[in-house]
Amino acid sequence: MQVLYLLIETVVKCVVVFACLMLSVAYLTWLERKVLGHIQIRFGPNRCGPFGLLQPFSDGIKAFFKEDLVPGRADKAIFVISPMISIISAIALFAVIPFGNEFTIPGTNWVVKLRIADIDIGLLYIFGIASLGEFGIVLGGWSSGNKFGLTGSLRAAAQMISYEVALGISIIGVIILSQSLRLSDIIHQQAGGFWNWNIWYQPVAFVLYIICGLAEINRTPFDMPESESELACGFNIEYSSMKFALFFMAEYAHMITMGALAVTLFWGGWQAPLPQLDFIPGVVWFCGKLFVFCFFFIWQRGTFPRLRYDQIMKFGWKILFPLALINLLITALVVLLKG
Amino acid sequence: MIIPLLKGLAFTLGRFFSKPITIQYPEEKVPPAKRWRGIQYFEKDERGKTKCVACGLCMVVCPSQCIYIETAEDEEGRRYPLVYELDVTRCIFCGFCEEACPVNAIFMGKTYEWVEGRREPFVMNTEKLLEQKKYNP
Repeated sequence: MQVLYLLIETVVKCVVVFACLMLSVAYLTWLERKVLGHIQIRFGPNRCGPFGLLQPFSDGIKAFFKEDLVPGRADKAIFVISPMISIISAIALFAVIPFGNEFTIPGTNWVVKLRIADIDIGLLYIFGIASLGEFGIVLGGWSSGNKFGLTGSLRAAAQMISYEVALGISIIGVIILSQSLRLSDIIHQQAGGFWNWNIWYQPVAFVLYIICGLAEINRTPFDMPESESELACGFNIEYSSMKFALFFMAEYAHMITMGALAVTLFWGGWQAPLPQLDFIPGVVWFCGKLFVFCFFFIWQRGTFPRLRYDQIMKFGWKILFPLALINLLITALVVLLKG
Repeated sequence: MIIPLLKGLAFTLGRFFSKPITIQYPEEKVPPAKRWRGIQYFEKDERGKTKCVACGLCMVVCPSQCIYIETAEDEEGRRYPLVYELDVTRCIFCGFCEEACPVNAIFMGKTYEWVEGRREPFVMNTEKLLEQKKYNP
């Protein structure tokens, strides 16, 4: 019976998390258009439903009814499979993110932990799967048989290599502090108020994480793979209909996951900023903090122009990478000296 | 290098909280300019009929030739337009008809929105032109 209960619990959690994630992805697109609109002193979508709230569904229906085109010179199998790689890896990332503390179902002694999988190599899993997501972009651009797509995917590959290094190294500082790759351990290590959060112990790593994370999810200052002005949408130029929508959803799901990981690693996860506020459920805190990050990602998109390709490479290798290394060395030294 | 980035963020955040300047067209409208030349209307005389005496000056002056007039005389010997047709689809809203009119019968109105599914309704006759008066107080 225990196994059956566990199975039911896992399936329910999977379904709920998947539904919530997809809904947040839908409304993140709405939020992005709204916020960008207001930044540019206009309204953004406001025709479809109150405040344009039905816009994501309208977009979804539209994407569904578009012609699903596969170019004649495309490598068909890879062309079809690459949006799937993108979306699957973006969704699979969320499996290890703890979005709340555990609670006991009333009337039983069954403890539900609010995370789908609590694996002891959580961070490693996340970085593995996140890099896999880049393959969707690289293969998608390469297989469409289009010079813009190819250029976009080459840029994606180069950017992935140069920023993943700094991203990984900036995270190691956090791992040194918490002595664990398990995400719930990292959260428990930051318990007891906002002054215990890792952001105060690893400020440089936090900034590096945000910058490299933006590059990793191909967001605007670093959106070289799909630079609209030079590559006419880059890697997804030949994609239409639901294949394009899958890339789009993957990008936003990835963005949510990057925000969730930032919350987990640096902002204390689902824990309240003050111990007195512990009565509010962890899920609320988690979503609130996640919203702050998502808003920041959109806000900075409306602010910063895109970097030039060589500037991005230079910035990644000559500034971020050494900074991350220095941060790692200092953290290791301090931890070693403190014992 | 960091300070300008933060300045930019502060600027866009200020813009985010400012009121959008968009004018949402079908609900909100910008009033047309003082000398705006829109769809024409006929001024009424004291009998409630058109002031037009069907002199044909507007027909002559119209550069796009969108006005067609057939003249008639009533029992008092007063000339009036038996047929007055103004094809709005051809009109270029130059305002020459208003300028040419010796009896101040035709005026350029303020309206600029008119949607129909067919062409025929756009040919305005005397009654329609008199009706247009109500949009131009």
